[in-house]
Amino acid sequence: MELVKEKPFGKMQQALGVNPKDARLSLTYFTVSFIALLIGGFLGLFQGLNRAGLMELPTWFDYYQTLTTHGILLVLVFTTTFVIGYFYAGISHTMGGLLPKVRKFGWTAFGLLVIGVVFVATTVAMGNASVMYTFYPPMQATPLFYIGLVFLVVGIWIAAFGVFINVANWRRNHKGQHIPLLSFFATGVFVLLVLGSIGVTIEVLMLIPWSLGWTETINVMLSRTLFWSFGHTLVNIWYLTAISAWYVAVPKIIGGKLFSDAITRLVVILLVILNIPGGFHHQIVDPGITEGWKFIHVFMSLSIGFPSMMTAFAMFAVFERAGRRKGAKGLLDWFKKLPWGDVRFLAPFIAMVAFIPAGAGGIAQTNNQLNQVVHNSLWIVGHFHLTLGVTVALTFFGITYWLIPYLSKRKLTPKINKLGIIQTIIWTIGMTFMSGAMHLVGLLGSPRRTSYTTYGDNATALSWDPYLIFLAVGGTFLIVGVVLMVYIVVNLMFFAPKGNTEFPIGEPEADVLSTPKWTERWGTIIILLILIVAMGYVMPLTDILNVPGSPPFRTW
Amino acid sequence: MKLHRAEEIWLIIGIGIIALSMVITGYQAFAQGMAPPSGMETIDPQKVDQTTPFDNPGIFEIGENEYEVVMILQAFSFTPNEIEVPVGSTVHFTMTSRDVVHGFQVAGTNINAMVTPGHIQKISQTFDKPGEYLVLCNEYCGVGHQMMSTTITVK
Repeated sequence: MELVKEKPFGKMQQALGVNPKDARLSLTYFTVSFIALLIGGFLGLFQGLNRAGLMELPTWFDYYQTLTTHGILLVLVFTTTFVIGYFYAGISHTMGGLLPKVRKFGWTAFGLLVIGVVFVATTVAMGNASVMYTFYPPMQATPLFYIGLVFLVVGIWIAAFGVFINVANWRRNHKGQHIPLLSFFATGVFVLLVLGSIGVTIEVLMLIPWSLGWTETINVMLSRTLFWSFGHTLVNIWYLTAISAWYVAVPKIIGGKLFSDAITRLVVILLVILNIPGGFHHQIVDPGITEGWKFIHVFMSLSIGFPSMMTAFAMFAVFERAGRRKGAKGLLDWFKKLPWGDVRFLAPFIAMVAFIPAGAGGIAQTNNQLNQVVHNSLWIVGHFHLTLGVTVALTFFGITYWLIPYLSKRKLTPKINKLGIIQTIIWTIGMTFMSGAMHLVGLLGSPRRTSYTTYGDNATALSWDPYLIFLAVGGTFLIVGVVLMVYIVVNLMFFAPKGNTEFPIGEPEADVLSTPKWTERWGTIIILLILIVAMGYVMPLTDILNVPGSPPFRTW
Repeated sequence: MKLHRAEEIWLIIGIGIIALSMVITGYQAFAQGMAPPSGMETIDPQKVDQTTPFDNPGIFEIGENEYEVVMILQAFSFTPNEIEVPVGSTVHFTMTSRDVVHGFQVAGTNINAMVTPGHIQKISQTFDKPGEYLVLCNEYCGVGHQMMSTTITVK
């Protein structure tokens, strides 16, 4: 099969490539990602079993501690470390290695992230921060929890500045050239990370003196709004990372060509510019934001759907062209020519398919009235297990199958490829059950973030129980998927046979038009982003700046 | 940058979906009065008990088949609780939180609102069908969050 064949590296790739020092950095990040996946996955299983009424959680690590840790490990740690490890490898590969200074940035960021995670995880485990990953005040965690968050943010910023320095250096040495496409995605992602995290940083800097008792009260609505300016951006950062692999790596894996360099860059630019005000759709039923602004923000949220429509078209166009290049005839024959037995394709393909219902659900629930039906119900949890749990996670897994052996100088064997396919199928079944059950029961009104309860044997609540059993069934499939994935990662890092694995970078079509120069003007892109943020936030913020403050509460 | 004809059509459909969403959402919000709950009044969360109308929470008949429920949410209960109204009555809920962020959701209806300390949140509903409606807090509010519920009986 294709996987085991030694592929000659192209001229381009020979000159570049990750050196052992860069490889070690990325592999270290991935190690933390998959440890987080393993622990976070088990905590997810425990929650699912509790929620279905099948398992009682101990008082020394109750449902809400489990949930807080599950969220932080998977939403913050798994994703952030994977994104940094992946893009540092991508930059190293496409830009001829990291600058020594940038490698130091990468390690410093790693150290800060680890310190941050230890602070946050310890305070939650000790029962001093059962506040969820959203840490809405006036629930007040111990100051160490918020200080841990500062380490996380600073770590992310340092990683980002490393990327900027490397990209700027490459541009100085390659005057008149476009940044390699994967590095272009990396630039977009880290621009968004830095600018998107400013809001939450301001929030945390208000929470720290409050948690230390230096200030008496906190503005609850302002905190929520600042949090979601980041929270929503983060979601789209994972998505942007996932589609970088769809646009850049998947075409190469299936023996096709890039869709269109120019349109791909336009998609990145649109996602970067339009993203941050999308956070308001988490606050559609909040007080303190006028009906008018909520309506205007429907547009901000929906506008992100536009580049996703572009992506959907691009992906299927790439598939069809690749299939036809392999001799497919007729309307749909190309579909059969796709490498279904190659996990590096199957995993991201299912990720893309999942984004069709996930994206449609997202569009539906951002409309104000429909949002009111599902807000804070299990529907929302089902939605982000479809987007994050399938679209993002399966794409990240798909990247793992080639990136880790590439970095560890090993090979993906046919056996592990087969195991990967089994993993992908188990994962898909698990998420279908779990996310499906969550969507349905959420529509009936079952709330999120709530341990098992019948509300005193209330008939309505009891009628939700059958759905919750399916949630637990899905969770059980998923833990098998988590264990398999971690086994595969360990194999690819340490035990797979030695050899060279390709870093798949799609090549342009022969008759490609040149990419317009303006796609490289990051200064303009950032100004547009700031203008959009200003348009979206200045007026709503003036409405909530002077809300009477709240003293702290510890309700757990 | 050149788009394929099929892609242009596809993206026009995309723009159409966005535009249609905006039109329907806007029409429902502003012409049909179905905008999401957006209480703009503020209140000092430390003085809830001394501030009207929350100094006297309860159910008040304010018109024919029309009621106002002045409600305080706190960890982990609703005041007043076990509300009873006749079939066909319209109920206006005026709510605030005494402590942390809570959610006010009535299963089987479209009532769903965040109730945050510092703001007065408002939402209205006409109960046309008799029955016992489950009221629950849908924002994690602490160790007893799963117990924070009550009922609205419509008969």
